[in-house]
Amino acid sequence: MSDSAVEHLIDVQQLHVDFHGQKILKDISVSIEAGETVAIIGESGCGKTVFMKTIVGLIPPTRGTIRFDGQELSTLSPAALSDVRRRFGFVFQNAALFDSMTIFDNVAFPMRQSTTADEDEIHERVLKHLQEVGLPPTVISKRPSELSGGMRKRVGIARAIILQPELVVYDEPTTGLDPIMSDVINELMLDVRKRYPVTSVIVTHDMRTAQKVADRVLMFYPRARLAKDEPQVLYDGPPAGLDQCEDDRVRQFVRGEAGQRLMEITG
Amino acid sequence: MSLSVSTQNDPASGRPENGSATIRDMLYAWVVQWGAAVVDGIATVGDIAMFAWQMLVWIFTRLPQRGTLLINFYQIGVLSLPVVALTGTFIGMVLAVQSYYQFHAIGLESHLGVVINTSLVRELGPVLAATMLAGRVGSAMAAVLGTMRVTEQIDALTTMGADPVHYLVVPRFLACIFLIPALTIMADFMGIVGGYFYSVMVLEIDHAAYLTHSRDGVVGFDLFSGVFKSVFFGGMIAVISCYQGFHCKPGAEGVGKAATQAFVYSFVMILAIDLFLNIILDKIYFAMYPAGANIL
Repeated sequence: MSDSAVEHLIDVQQLHVDFHGQKILKDISVSIEAGETVAIIGESGCGKTVFMKTIVGLIPPTRGTIRFDGQELSTLSPAALSDVRRRFGFVFQNAALFDSMTIFDNVAFPMRQSTTADEDEIHERVLKHLQEVGLPPTVISKRPSELSGGMRKRVGIARAIILQPELVVYDEPTTGLDPIMSDVINELMLDVRKRYPVTSVIVTHDMRTAQKVADRVLMFYPRARLAKDEPQVLYDGPPAGLDQCEDDRVRQFVRGEAGQRLMEITG
Repeated sequence: MSLSVSTQNDPASGRPENGSATIRDMLYAWVVQWGAAVVDGIATVGDIAMFAWQMLVWIFTRLPQRGTLLINFYQIGVLSLPVVALTGTFIGMVLAVQSYYQFHAIGLESHLGVVINTSLVRELGPVLAATMLAGRVGSAMAAVLGTMRVTEQIDALTTMGADPVHYLVVPRFLACIFLIPALTIMADFMGIVGGYFYSVMVLEIDHAAYLTHSRDGVVGFDLFSGVFKSVFFGGMIAVISCYQGFHCKPGAEGVGKAATQAFVYSFVMILAIDLFLNIILDKIYFAMYPAGANIL
């Protein structure tokens, strides 16, 4: 059991997360191999963001275990958990850049926080990673509020990969962007995977992202609308298999059809 | 206690227990509602205590970087100087206006400085400076941290291996406990100057007599007690305001509520701590000066 757990980079077993007595995630067991790119899809409120925040230790699980590289997160001290988190890169939905800092200081923050690199080295690395995400050196003195949504997302990616993490987690990376910029972000995610040996977890409801970037797709469904013993993960497989899935709910989501859901909402 | 009286309200129903049931339901709902509020209140106090404990552990294990401290000291201390100086000046002048006629009536207006200065350094300076700072600094801290919570910047800190309490709360707490007492001294000084200015220049009290009586009536312990209390006021403003920011609900309404609650709770706690510390300090004062204050 423990040997097999160590082989996976992330191993989630019987995960339950409740908020104020409401079950958000129930009995989720998922393993992610090193080097995989996994897209987690599902409609709003299905618990995909909660799942993602739980696997990086931002939300404590109500029950169940989460192992990263064999270490169970809930048993780690705050200092040990901080050390593990340095192996993660996290791209937030709205980038979550620090308003009070310049773009340079935002991207340099993880290096200043976790390494003893001198300012020259930090400067060189910041410019290199900004260039990788297609941003010119002139942005370094700007504040996050002076950039467009797409540029902020790209700064968020540069900040997430500056320490060359083993796991990069993207929270709805294309939400709120135009189709061209969405595709730019998709290409950047592919580019990050090509450049660095990373495992990626992408939470999205953009099917183009799931189909273009992911090796494997997990589809979550809101706990409240499932029968008592139904599993919350409706689909776990390659993106190509989504269209042929036997479950109507999966096919409807992939095709973007309201179907029965419209009847449920409008009565 | 009988609940049967309500059956008279509905004689035609033939079901006398209905009225009793309604009152019973109302009582039940009332108990549930108040019970939940009490449990919530106790849980919040426990939460704030844990939050403060986490912060204290960080203070004694690792201090924040110099740059992080300096920017908070500047924002909380230096930028508050004008408003605190102005508040202090007006308190001093208002005290002169309010006290003059009573003292003038008994021919003791030259002793006005004792009343103004003692009231200022012991009570009004620390409490009103802290109130002003709860509004200026406390609300701002809650709003900034609340916005950071809502926009996931606090989560971002955590994911990058930085502890948000260490990075965001400790510098604000240290700035408050060191600089709010310093600002209180500033408010006291400006209040004394304001009171002197109004008494001597406007009310035309003899300045030599005013100064002599002022000097004789205020002891070092008066100044100490005011500054000592302000350390606790500063600490309380920082803990309550940062806690409100960290536990901000999503949306503009959530941030607004966090900022408002930071001020209201800080203000209530300033008054509560003031009462508690005054009781203790008075005991010490009368042990040190058995004759009490020598106003006349």
